[in-house]
Amino acid sequence: MLPLEGITVLEFAQFMAGPSAGLKMADLGARVIKIERPGSGEAGRQIALKNIFIDESSMVFHTANRNKQSYAADLKNADDLERVKKLIAQADVMTHNFRPGVMDKIGLDYDTVKAINPRIIYGVVSGYSSVGPWAKKPGQDLLIQSLSGFVNLSGNADNEPTATGLATSDIFTGVDLVQGVLAALVQREKTGEGAKIEVSLLETTLGLQFEVLTTYLNDGNKAPQRAKKGNAHAYLDAPYGIYETKDGHISIGLTPLDVLVKAMGTELPAEFADKNTWYVKRDEIMAFLSEILVKETTQHWLSVFEPMDLRVSDVYTYKQLFEHEGFKTIDMMQEVETSDNITMKTTRCPIRIDGKKIFSRKSAPKPGEDNAIIEKEFNL
Amino acid sequence: MSKPLEGILVVDFSQYLSGPSASLKLADLGARVIKIEKPGLGDECRGLFFSNLVMNGESSMFHAVNRNKQSYKADLKNEAERQKVYNLVKQADVVMHNFRPGVAERLGIDYDTVKSLNSEIIYAELSGYGKEGVWKDKPGLDLLLQSISGLTQLNGNDGAGPVPIGLAVVDLLSGAHLAQGILACLYRKVSTGKGGRVEVSMLESALEYQFESVTCFHRDGGMPTVRPKSNSAHAYLGAPYGIYGTKNGAIALAMGSIPVLGDLLGCAELKNYPEVASWFNQRDEIKDILAKHLATKDTKDWLAVLEPADFWCAEVMNWKTLFDTEAFKILNMIQEVSMSDGYKFKTTRCPIQINDGWLTSEVGTPKLGEHTEEIAKEFSL
Repeated sequence: MLPLEGITVLEFAQFMAGPSAGLKMADLGARVIKIERPGSGEAGRQIALKNIFIDESSMVFHTANRNKQSYAADLKNADDLERVKKLIAQADVMTHNFRPGVMDKIGLDYDTVKAINPRIIYGVVSGYSSVGPWAKKPGQDLLIQSLSGFVNLSGNADNEPTATGLATSDIFTGVDLVQGVLAALVQREKTGEGAKIEVSLLETTLGLQFEVLTTYLNDGNKAPQRAKKGNAHAYLDAPYGIYETKDGHISIGLTPLDVLVKAMGTELPAEFADKNTWYVKRDEIMAFLSEILVKETTQHWLSVFEPMDLRVSDVYTYKQLFEHEGFKTIDMMQEVETSDNITMKTTRCPIRIDGKKIFSRKSAPKPGEDNAIIEKEFNL
Repeated sequence: MSKPLEGILVVDFSQYLSGPSASLKLADLGARVIKIEKPGLGDECRGLFFSNLVMNGESSMFHAVNRNKQSYKADLKNEAERQKVYNLVKQADVVMHNFRPGVAERLGIDYDTVKSLNSEIIYAELSGYGKEGVWKDKPGLDLLLQSISGLTQLNGNDGAGPVPIGLAVVDLLSGAHLAQGILACLYRKVSTGKGGRVEVSMLESALEYQFESVTCFHRDGGMPTVRPKSNSAHAYLGAPYGIYGTKNGAIALAMGSIPVLGDLLGCAELKNYPEVASWFNQRDEIKDILAKHLATKDTKDWLAVLEPADFWCAEVMNWKTLFDTEAFKILNMIQEVSMSDGYKFKTTRCPIQINDGWLTSEVGTPKLGEHTEEIAKEFSL
């Protein structure tokens, strides 16, 4: 029995942050019903990577919305809204990411919903929280990475600000939403009362930087300094970083510099003997290591460092990774199928429960695909 | 304000960042978290310094991750001390660790042992690469997981080589997945009385994090990941998506129409790309045109034309400029916490808001073993 079996989630949310939260709850056993506008459905159906579509909806949409059902309703139509309210009365959780004020206009703001169903957990995702001068600005992943200082942490010292090439703010905001919603479900079992959970991309992305922000707030507000070459962390000592080898790269994690240099078969120059220099003279030290590491192959260095349990690794592309036995062992991929029998390979839920991996073959629904079943089952 | 996990007891054997970041979230949501630390060094993260900054004897990272927790010192290899820990485990709701495979068995806190002590326990474990296969004994460090999972191929520009994310995202995401599994099992426990087991690995979390690009790779026949030549912010998205230098700083542009952008910015060359497909297929030349054009004026001049048109854009800020904005100040994102010896420090609060209230806590970081006696007495260990 999956832990969230019996829980019904109504997902009014669109794009990535909210739907990624719905996906995780679905994989953990909840029944997730997307409430979408008739015809076109949610706007995220049209956002594509490399212009790739699976059916009328993009591959990205199918990735974030597999294992869900869809109920189409025009929230501006009184009859449709009435049916949605009946559904809300029987649900455990609802989520949305409309800009502040939109749900009030529709008549599905928290107070109204709470009056319909006092046990409901009402989850809201926004860009910048519901108050303040930025509340109505578009909240999008790259924009939040850029505003929050996050882009100043990656890349080398001379590079432009470097964003993560994936929707990090969205994903972590979805994660925070799930945590808040699940904690509120735990509490509801004791108190019988629902709750409103709010997360924003900005707060999550600041929360994500908690270690480096705590450093910044307590070191006299020094700006983060990325390493000159091979930077992997603005605040960590040498040797932490990625280095070129004769035929590729090697990553070196938290490893004492003196131990590493000895393993490389050379001497640590006297100017770097004091551990305090490992951060202060990081660029010089990394340059010194680079000159030696580039002379041999990645495999050579791994065969030296790994038997000593030094924290090092090869650097793989997807092709190299997916062909590796280590990847095959974890059984991370699954095939999903749409109602028209179109199949797609995607990742499974990364959480194992009670010793079992969680798979689900269902791909994303078409807008309104489940209206008939849901109307019957919930007596709408 | 009552917090949702009040009354939940978490016994946390984890170290460094991944596991402790999960228990921090549980603590901020109201759970009581007791760190079990070995005598001597305790959690080795205590001595893992960022930029040589020492805060009351310990690292800034340790303080950030372990505030709002208690510390119980015990040597699990000592029989008498282990029995005391077992007595605590019997009274806990959650036990968690992030040891490499085999270590929990050696320390006597493996799943079977813990379940025999407490049948309703939620047992949560976090590993680097799972517990089987050729990689199971490799060290599970964030940078190494970024490196083998393909993540370093997604960031930065084409030709830059592997570019890791300069923050321990894989640690934090696997910790978050662990917390999600724990919370889902806690819901099941309070509703049915059943315990549970949660397992997460950094490798699986790193791959699910990349679910869009991993799915894309499998869909497009295994084409290599190709980042834009310049101004890259996503290997699989077209122009204008990226960060561009301006006369006095930088501006981020997310998805949007290239001809519309051309109109708004007064850049006629962009009108030559009316086809949506060209925004991806010809992104390098479009980005070149944009980069040259955007460099001619200040950031605020561009925002002044783009924002009223609701084009997705933002100024690239550093923490100083962000912290000076009204929008940041009203979030009260920074809180001050106090240790028992009076040492105070500033850190971020939990980002989740419940019933219009922030989840704040004034409780600082525990000294190693600070609560050993108090806990022994309270739980009759």
